[in-house]
Amino acid sequence: MKMRRLATAFVATMIAAAPTLADTLHFPSLSYRTGPFAAGGIPFADGYSDYLTLINERDGGIGGVPIRQSECETAYNTERGVECYQSIRGDNPLVLQPLSTGITYQLIPRTIEDGIPMHTMGYGRTSALNGEVFNWTFNYPANYWDGASVIINYLLEENGGALDGKKIVLLYHNSAYGREPIPTLTRLAERHGYELLTIGVDSPGQEQGSQWLQIRRERPDYVVMWGWGVMNPTAIQEAANIRFPMENFIGVWWSGSQQDVLPVGAGAHGYKALAMHGTGMDYPIYADMQRYVIDTGKQAGTGAEVGTVLYSRGMYAAMLAVEAAKKAQEIHGVAAITPAMMRDGMANLEITEELMAELGLPNFGPAFSVSCQNHGGSGAAMIQQWDANAGEWNLITDWIQPDRELIMEMAMEDSLAFAAENNMTPACLN
Amino acid sequence: MSDTLLFALEATLNGLTAGVMYALVALGFVLIFKASGIFNFAQGVMALFAALTLVGFQSGQVPFSHLINAIFGTKLHHFGWNMPTVLAIPATVLVMIALAILIERYILKHLVNQEPIILFMATIGLAYLLEGLGDVMWGAEVKALDVGLPKGMSGAVDDMTFAWFGYGFYIDRLELWAAGIAAVLVASLTVFSQYTKQGRALRAVADDHQAALSVGISLRFIWVLTWSIAGIVALVAGIMWGSKSGVQFSLSLIALKALPVLILGGFTSIPGAIIGGLIIGVGEKLFDFFMQPVIGGATENWFAYMLALVFLLFRPQGLFGEKIIERV
Repeated sequence: MKMRRLATAFVATMIAAAPTLADTLHFPSLSYRTGPFAAGGIPFADGYSDYLTLINERDGGIGGVPIRQSECETAYNTERGVECYQSIRGDNPLVLQPLSTGITYQLIPRTIEDGIPMHTMGYGRTSALNGEVFNWTFNYPANYWDGASVIINYLLEENGGALDGKKIVLLYHNSAYGREPIPTLTRLAERHGYELLTIGVDSPGQEQGSQWLQIRRERPDYVVMWGWGVMNPTAIQEAANIRFPMENFIGVWWSGSQQDVLPVGAGAHGYKALAMHGTGMDYPIYADMQRYVIDTGKQAGTGAEVGTVLYSRGMYAAMLAVEAAKKAQEIHGVAAITPAMMRDGMANLEITEELMAELGLPNFGPAFSVSCQNHGGSGAAMIQQWDANAGEWNLITDWIQPDRELIMEMAMEDSLAFAAENNMTPACLN
Repeated sequence: MSDTLLFALEATLNGLTAGVMYALVALGFVLIFKASGIFNFAQGVMALFAALTLVGFQSGQVPFSHLINAIFGTKLHHFGWNMPTVLAIPATVLVMIALAILIERYILKHLVNQEPIILFMATIGLAYLLEGLGDVMWGAEVKALDVGLPKGMSGAVDDMTFAWFGYGFYIDRLELWAAGIAAVLVASLTVFSQYTKQGRALRAVADDHQAALSVGISLRFIWVLTWSIAGIVALVAGIMWGSKSGVQFSLSLIALKALPVLILGGFTSIPGAIIGGLIIGVGEKLFDFFMQPVIGGATENWFAYMLALVFLLFRPQGLFGEKIIERV
């Protein structure tokens, strides 16, 4: 009797809840809070979730429709990422953020088939910036090839416009992610006359003795790093050990968070990394974040990560998703948008300096616009440098533009090859 | 001396010190396998758990604070004091002994006389449990570990080799310390097992469980003792690897470095773990040195296993392992 009553109550609750589920905007998060890369996954997931919570609490959702969040644990494992996708694909996910290049490659054909937009901010398949081939994948505001080009442009600026005769080592995570910048750096080496030496590190990268012995022997002018997880602090520690000048060691944006430098201590002082967005708490948005999310105890994590590099990245990804949803609502005149409408919002997204200031994030990210032909934004990034004494990252440049002409040329080659392999005819969807 | 020879010599020396780091992890596996026939899948996670606990004690972190705060709405994080390393290490040793007692009481006791594969599966479960416990207890953020060990290039080795060869060799001081600590650890384990009552009992159990039981040796006590020693070895490995690149959850993956060492040195030999570690360390460094220009590096992960495989073909029990003879 008791069981029957319970079952009746359960069914009644589900019926009552059903319209609520349909009248929400579903933003799933493919996060990794466990496993060997959890230290990087947690702050990103927290930043993503906290921003969406802020929009719900402060604005009542987007266009009056509340946001519904869901989280699926991938442990940064490609198979588990695909399983997560299978579990949420039928639940009207507005945009997927797989947070892994390996998962992205697996999901590209699936999302094309299912008509679900995917945002791979600063990771994933670089040539997805050709929106005529990759209609459902977006990688604004910057991709790996942009990052590699920004580093070379920065080094050109540092060396009076010439890198002839310089030796640059690329120390990369031996994975799809780590190998992404090799074609760009090779092409740029031909153009600028520097010597490129690529050295791989097997995942996870706790032992890099051989690599750094080789770097010590080769005496390069600069070391560029495409690392992730424990590979980053290990490499920075090894660089400090061999007394490599830290100001000549530059990491990609995935090698430039607090987790990468703090374990090394004073030895990491002067290390540089790309920054695709600002960091720290000096943005007006944090007043609202404090009031509506942290003070009310609604934050996703412990609050200790707020304002760190990877938290800021998660927050930025959520902000771009919310702005795309607003754009979609504006284009279609509908508040309860579908994934296909969200795609249109992403394909027509325009981020201006004024909008960033209005959102409480002045100069936090670059101004850019997205189009059918260009899903990759502007590609601009800044350079930040670690101050071990103050324990903070300092931005040392303004936005540096990549060599977009070369990158578009390379992206066209790669994306058209993908289209030919898959019998696709490149075209805009709308 | 030619540059290539000098560089190869430097790579060899670095291989030896790296090999000691691998051997430190392998030692924990050997101790448990020797005494109880269990391949302890959780050894890497034990090193992570020990290192997390040590950092937690050092920094005065409140264990389970996230859980307590979530349930009771409190804002506990730190006790407000830092524990000196000389106290934090013994405190962590006590935690590892308590862990060994719990493992014996709640897992091993119930699996006496089970097939080795059942015991192995139980250690897989233990690995997941400990990883989750470490996360809930101390949090998943990356932590810096500093127990006062020196890091960076050894100036003495650099100067000495420069005077001899005109080229200064690079050796990490942390790895030199690891070699010294490993030597002390192996010497202590040898003295313990040869000259103490408990050590002899441990060897008796390792030789023959049933014969040891028949002369009154408590199997349960020996298991607690073995897992406690393995916990202490895990703490040493956790300190050395954690000092190198911080304490984070990927620390548990150092177990992968120990597997080829065990295959090569044998699962039942402490000297085998050391020699195996040295062979793997030197082998992978030299292979990388000579083959990097041809195949582009990133050879450490697969080369160690390939080398172990070659040894396996000729000596399945490893270099120093006991040959298993089964009669029908």
